[in-house]
Amino acid sequence: MQSPSQPQPFLSAQGMRGGYGKADILHGCTLTVDRGQIAVIVGPNGAGKSTAMKAVFGMLPLREGRVVLGGEDITPLSPQDRVRKGMGFVPQTHNIFPTMTVEENLEMGAFIRDDDVRQTMAQVYDLFPAVAEKRKQAAGELSGGQRQQVAVGRALMTRPQLLMLDEPTAGVSPIVMDELFDRIIEVARTGISILMVEQNARQALEIADIGYVLVQGANRYTDTGEALLADPEVRRTFLGG
Amino acid sequence: MSANRQAAAVSPWRAPILFAILAVLFLLEGTVRNGLFSGSWNTALAILNMGLISAITALGVNMQWGYAGLFNTGVVGFLAIGGLAPVLVSLPPVDGAWAAGGPRLILALLAGIGTLAMARIVHVRTRRGWAVALVLIGGFVAYRWLFDPAVTAIEANNAARAGNIGGLGLPVLMSWIVGGLFAAAAAWAVGKVALGLRSDYLAIATLGIGEIIVAVLRNEDWLARGVKNIASIPRPVPYEIELQQNPEFVDFAARWGFSVAEASGIWVKLCYMLLFLVVLLAIILLAELALKSPWGRMMRAIRDNETAAEAMGKDVTARHLQVFVLGSAVIGIAGAMMITLDGLMAPTSYNPLRYTFLIWVMVIVGGSGNNWGSVLGAVLIWFVWIKVEVWGPNLIGVLVGPLPDGDLKAHLLGSAPHMRFIAMGLVLLLVLRFAPRGLVPEK
Amino acid sequence: MDILNALVAFLNFVFIPAAAYGAQLALGALGVTLIYAILRFSNFAHGDTMAFGTAITILVTWGLQSLGVSLGPLPTALLALPVGIAATAVLVLGTDRAVYRFYRAQRAAPIIFVMASVGVMFVMNGLTRLLIGVDEQRFDDGARFIIAVRDFREWSGLAEGLALRSTQALTVVVTAIVCAALFWFLNRTKSGKAMRAYSDNEDLALLSGIDPERVVRLTWIIAAALMTIAGVLYGLDKSFRPFNYFQILLPIFAAAIVGGLGNPVGAIAGGFLVAFSEVAVTYPWVKVAGYLFPGWQPGGLLQLLGTEYKFAVSFVILIVVLLFRPTGLFSGKSV
Repeated sequence: MQSPSQPQPFLSAQGMRGGYGKADILHGCTLTVDRGQIAVIVGPNGAGKSTAMKAVFGMLPLREGRVVLGGEDITPLSPQDRVRKGMGFVPQTHNIFPTMTVEENLEMGAFIRDDDVRQTMAQVYDLFPAVAEKRKQAAGELSGGQRQQVAVGRALMTRPQLLMLDEPTAGVSPIVMDELFDRIIEVARTGISILMVEQNARQALEIADIGYVLVQGANRYTDTGEALLADPEVRRTFLGG
Repeated sequence: MSANRQAAAVSPWRAPILFAILAVLFLLEGTVRNGLFSGSWNTALAILNMGLISAITALGVNMQWGYAGLFNTGVVGFLAIGGLAPVLVSLPPVDGAWAAGGPRLILALLAGIGTLAMARIVHVRTRRGWAVALVLIGGFVAYRWLFDPAVTAIEANNAARAGNIGGLGLPVLMSWIVGGLFAAAAAWAVGKVALGLRSDYLAIATLGIGEIIVAVLRNEDWLARGVKNIASIPRPVPYEIELQQNPEFVDFAARWGFSVAEASGIWVKLCYMLLFLVVLLAIILLAELALKSPWGRMMRAIRDNETAAEAMGKDVTARHLQVFVLGSAVIGIAGAMMITLDGLMAPTSYNPLRYTFLIWVMVIVGGSGNNWGSVLGAVLIWFVWIKVEVWGPNLIGVLVGPLPDGDLKAHLLGSAPHMRFIAMGLVLLLVLRFAPRGLVPEK
Repeated sequence: MDILNALVAFLNFVFIPAAAYGAQLALGALGVTLIYAILRFSNFAHGDTMAFGTAITILVTWGLQSLGVSLGPLPTALLALPVGIAATAVLVLGTDRAVYRFYRAQRAAPIIFVMASVGVMFVMNGLTRLLIGVDEQRFDDGARFIIAVRDFREWSGLAEGLALRSTQALTVVVTAIVCAALFWFLNRTKSGKAMRAYSDNEDLALLSGIDPERVVRLTWIIAAALMTIAGVLYGLDKSFRPFNYFQILLPIFAAAIVGGLGNPVGAIAGGFLVAFSEVAVTYPWVKVAGYLFPGWQPGGLLQLLGTEYKFAVSFVILIVVLLFRPTGLFSGKSV
C-alpha cells in the first residue's frame, strides 16, 4: 500500500495479465490516469487495446495485476459494481438503447441513482446541444455522430469520475470526430478522467495528456501525447511516418 | 444444438445394451402376465409395430433436428398428409365419382396452383401489390367456381357409403412412397417461406401447416370422407380370417401350442413387423450413407457453425430446405404406413400432443443427431407411453388404496391418464437439461 | 338498397364478434411478444398456460358461486381473476427458475428455449387436465346481454337484430384498461423502462445497473396476468375447453409476428388484424349482400372459407408477413 502522503494517480492498473481463454492477451500491461487527465491507448491491430480497457472495467478476468481507483482496490469487483464506484464505460458498438428516446437513454444511464437526475441531464444537454433538440426522438433514428453523443451522455449520467471510451470515433466522419474530441476535452475540464482507445492515433494523441502505445498486450511507449507525436520511432512505426 | 456437443467418450456398448434392455421389456410383455405386463404376444407385437412406425417418424424428425437444427412442430400434419396416400392410391375407385366431378376437380386444383404461380410471376415482374391482389382474387373466384360444383357432385355420389373421390386401386405398398411425396411437397412449400428467417419462425409456420392439413382431412369429405372415416384400407399382409380358414395354418398354430385366433393375430403382426423393419433399416442405411457423404459433412458443418458455413459460401437456406423436405418425406412415409397398419383413416385421431410433441420427446430422449438413438428413443418411449396407461391407474390405485372411498379417491383415480402428459413433459425437460445428448449420443 | 339493415347485420355478425376476439388475441399476443422481447424465444407453452390460469379462475369462480357471492350483472369470474393471476404467476416464476434460468445462464440458442417451452407445455397441459379435465366448461354468469336482439328490433324497427353480449363488451373494456395500464407501466415507470432497455440492449442494460433477473421476473408476472386475463375473457366469451387453448396458439403467434415480435403496439394491432380477417373471411356475406343489392341472387353463401378453416386465415397472414416483411408491420425485436 502506498502511503496517503505520496500522490498517486486516480486510476492505477498495474501489471495486468489475462485473457478470455487459455492464451493471455495482456502480458503485464499498466495504465494510469490522473484526475482530469485524458489518457489514450493506441497501438496496432490486435495489440489488446480494447482488451486492456475491458480489463480495467472488470470485463476480463485477471490472472495477475490489480486495478486501483481513487486509492481503493477494485480488482475483484464486477463491472456493475465498478460503475457504482465511479467508472463510466462507453462500448464501441451497441452503446445505446435504439428504440428508446434520447431522454430515456439518459434516464437508463442514471438507473442506479435514486436522487434527482435532472441537473445531470441538463449538463449533458449543455454539452451536446445537438441531441438536446432531439430528446423525444428514438436514439436509433439519430445520425452516427449523434448516437455516439447519446452514448457518451448515457455514461455521464452516473456522474463518473473516470470515463472510458472504446473507439468513440469509429465510423464517423472527420468533422464529427473533431467535434467529439472537443466534447471529450470539455468533459475532462470538469475534472473527469478520460481513458480511451483510439484507432485514429494521431488525432487522439493530440488531445492526450498521456499516451500508451501497446504492442502485444504490453506497454511499448508511455509518454505525454505531445512527446509521443514527436518521437520519430513512434511516428515511423505507429503513426505511419 | 446443445452447448455440450463436444463429446465425452461414450462406451461403444451403450447402444447394444440399451437395445438389449428394450428387447427384454418386449419379451416380458409377451410372456409374463402380472400387474406390469400383459403376457400377450399380440399386445407386445402391436406395441412394437406402432413403435417401429414412431421410430421412422423420429428418424425424419432427427434428420431435421439432429442434422440441421430445424424445429418442426407440424409432425402431425406431415403424418396426416402421408396417411392420405393409402386412401387415394390403394382404395378401389368409387363408381361414378370420377365422372361426377373428377376432371373439374383436377382443373380447380390446377387453377389454384396456377393462380399462386401467376401471382408470383406478377409480383416479380411488376412489384405492384394491387396487380398481385387482382390475380389472387380472380384466381380464387375461378378456383371456387370450378371447385364447389365438383365437390358437391362427388359428395352426392353414393353419399351414404362413399361420397369421396376414391382411390386408384393400386397396391398399398406403393402408397408409402406416395405418402412421402405428399409430405415432401407440403414441406417444400412451408420451408420455402419460413426457412432462412429466425429459427422460431419455422416452428410457428410448421405448427400452422400441421393444423391446416389435419383440418383439411377432417372437413374435405370428397377427399377421404372427413370425419366419417375410411375403413377397410387394403392390407399388404394376409387377413386373420383367411389364415384361420387355412388348414395348414391351423395345423401350424396347433404345433406351436397357440389357439388359431391368437396365432393368426401374431402372424399378421409379424408380417407387418418385417415390412416395417425393412423400411426402417433401408431409411437408416440411406441416412447413414448420406451423413458420411460430402453432403452430410456439409450439413453437419452448417449445423455446428451456421455463420462460418455461410461465410464459406454455402447456401445454408437451400441446404436446410433439402434436409427439411427429406425429413418430412420420411415422416410422410411413416404416416402412410400407420394408416396401412390401422386399416383406417380417422382424421379426428390426429392429435398434435400425441403425434408431434411425443415424437419430439422420443428424438430428444434417444439422442438427437443419432439415428439409432432415435429408433431406441421412439420404441422405448412408445412402450412406456402405452404401458403407463396401465401402470398409472394401477400405481395410483395402490397409492390411494388406504384412502376412504369418496370424491377425492375417485378424482385421483380418474386423473391417472393426465399424468402421462406431465410425465412426458418432465422427461423432455429433464433429458434436455441433464442429458442433452440423449441416451445414445451422436458420435 | 337497405344500408341500415346491412350495417346492423355487419355489426352483429362481423364487427362485434371480431372486436371481442381481437381483444382476446391482442392480450395473448402481448404476452407472447413481451416474453420474446425479454427472454428472446417464442413461448409454445403460452396457450396451455392461459388454460391453466383460466382453470384456476374457473375453480375459484365455482367456489364463490357456491358461497353465493356474485358481482351482480358482471361475471363472478372477475372476482376470481386475481387468484388465477397469482396462481399463474407463481407457476411461471417457478417454471422460469426450474427450467429457463439454466438456459439463460448458458446463453443457449433460442431454439433450445422453444424446445424447453414445449416440455413446459406438456406439463401445463397435464396440470390443467388434472385440475379441471378435458371437457367443455361454462362459467359465465351475470347479465347475458347488454343489447338483446328482440329489444333492438323493437327499439329500431329494423328487420335485422343486433346483440351485444355482456362478455363481449367486458372483453373490449378490460382489454382497453389492461393495455393502457401496460403502456403506462412500460413508458412511464422506471421498472417498465428498464424492461424496454433490457429488450433493446441486454449488455448495455447490465452496464447501466439493471438487474436482469428482476426484469425477467417482472416480465413473467406481467405475462402471467396477460395470459390469465386473455384466457378468462376467451373462456367467458366462447366457453372453456383446454384443447382450444392449444389451438389459439397459432392465431396468437400470427398476431405477434404480424405486429413484429417484441413490439407491444404491433401485438395489439396484429391481434385485431388477425381477428377481423378471420371473421370476415369465414362469415357468409349473403345476408349483408342481400340488403345491399336486393335484386341480386348469389348462388352460394358468399363465404370465402368455411369456419373450420379459420386457422388457415392466421396461417396465410403469417405466411404473407414472413414473405414480405419478416420483421412485422411495426418492425419487431424491441419492446
